[in-house]
Amino acid sequence: MNQAQIYDVSHLLAGMMLVASFALLYQDRIFAVLNIFAAQAILLAMAVGWDAWTQQRPHLFITAGLALGLKGIIIPVALHKMIVRLGVHRDVEQVVGVGRTLILGLALTSLSLLLVLKITAAAESYTREGLALALAIILLGMLMMITRRNAVTQIVGFMSLENGLILAATGARGMPLVVEVSVAFSVLIALFVFAVFVFRIRERFDSVDIEALQNVRGDTK
Amino acid sequence: MGETLTLLFGQTVQMFLVLLVAPAITGITRRTKACFMRRQGAPVIQPYRDLIKLVRKEAIVAESASWLFRVAPYLIFALAWVAAALVPTFATGLLFSWTGDVIVIIALLGSARFMLALAGMDIGTSFGGIGSSREMMIATLAEPAMLLVVLTMALAAGTTQLPGVADFLIAAPFTVHVSLALALVALVMVALAENARIPIDNPATHLELTMVHEAMVLEYSGRHLAMIEAASQLKLVLYVSLIASLFLPFGIVRVEAGPVAWLGGGAIYLGKIAGAAILLGIWEVSIAKMRVFRVSEFLGGAFVFAFLAILLTFVTREVLK
Repeated sequence: MNQAQIYDVSHLLAGMMLVASFALLYQDRIFAVLNIFAAQAILLAMAVGWDAWTQQRPHLFITAGLALGLKGIIIPVALHKMIVRLGVHRDVEQVVGVGRTLILGLALTSLSLLLVLKITAAAESYTREGLALALAIILLGMLMMITRRNAVTQIVGFMSLENGLILAATGARGMPLVVEVSVAFSVLIALFVFAVFVFRIRERFDSVDIEALQNVRGDTK
Repeated sequence: MGETLTLLFGQTVQMFLVLLVAPAITGITRRTKACFMRRQGAPVIQPYRDLIKLVRKEAIVAESASWLFRVAPYLIFALAWVAAALVPTFATGLLFSWTGDVIVIIALLGSARFMLALAGMDIGTSFGGIGSSREMMIATLAEPAMLLVVLTMALAAGTTQLPGVADFLIAAPFTVHVSLALALVALVMVALAENARIPIDNPATHLELTMVHEAMVLEYSGRHLAMIEAASQLKLVLYVSLIASLFLPFGIVRVEAGPVAWLGGGAIYLGKIAGAAILLGIWEVSIAKMRVFRVSEFLGGAFVFAFLAILLTFVTREVLK
């Protein structure tokens, strides 16, 4: 297999992750959001696994396995159960409209591509590509956290941001395995904390719409 | 001299080929839909019969119609026909292909749409006006996405000439290009919107408040309606051929290869567009029409796909430079 084909496959997987990020921004049904998130995590696992295989870096297989197991299966299933228990099967409410969100997303993506490709001109092509797309995915995850009002989809935004971080870490050489494993498990812990928090919010305000928290602020009176 | 004659002959064959197959594509799509709905359906040649019947019938023109109303159908038909003649079907390197690139094709289709919208408003009925206004809304959303798709292909192939792009893709080694896949999705979405297919518009009804294309041509009859029907069938063939030549370019021959090779190219082309017509029929029975106010989201999605395609092409070019 030659260099161009190896590049094409990793480009395909990273590109599809970016498309999944846009699908997350666009989608306003909560179960579909979860399915897209799971698909993005599986794509991430495939991208990391492809890197591990083609560049003989076997420790990356562990990262890929963690991505697949934790974020492709466990977290989506847990969030699914959480949504059923919270009873929020209805549409996701957004602060900004879909059109404006997507335009903002395109602007952020263009920005990160132009920025990373410019400042990493000396690095090798895998790193540049991975970093450029990873920064776009991270920014899109942040955008999703801003535009959503539902606490559960905000969690999905955070997790998708973390997918971007792992993609970036794969591109960069020399990330110790210990760090990766601990990051993966801290994400799992974060999920528990979020879950407890969301249930507390619901208990207190009868809603997971974080607009309800506005009333607690001291300055709104 | 002999070569120019071959080129001219090939171009003539192409112009009459698209004209002849256009109603059949519509017929195959309708037949497929009927099969999936467990109806018997009209035969595939029914659109030809309809066109002949319409040409024979008397053309009724409203009292308030101006000259524009009578001229528009012929102009729309001519523009669609010229545009369809520029897209590679069975052979590349035809005589006309050096006179216009893909941006010219978009401009020709845009002019045809402009004439149709004017004709829709000419009589002064409320249906025509609402149809024209919606058509323009769809056009403003679809055209940027279409141009971005075209620019993606042009960036990859280094030319905006469609035959050049097709030749480039035939010659290129087979690889997976995510940007081409995204461009394909965007182009299919634009094609559905531009040809007034489900989920944007329903081509099978005259009696809905949400119709767009049929609302504009409601006042037409006889030979005028025949021209407009033929033009919209040609437009469908144009989009199908465009998608086939950009994304499934195998089997297209060079025009210099001579009439015997054209037969092979022609057979593959007919197979490709018949397959596309069947897929379109399956698509239309399996999806519901969207609300008009969601059209902007659908076409916004197409725009996002096209934009991502061009961004990823840009990344590849930068990184592999």
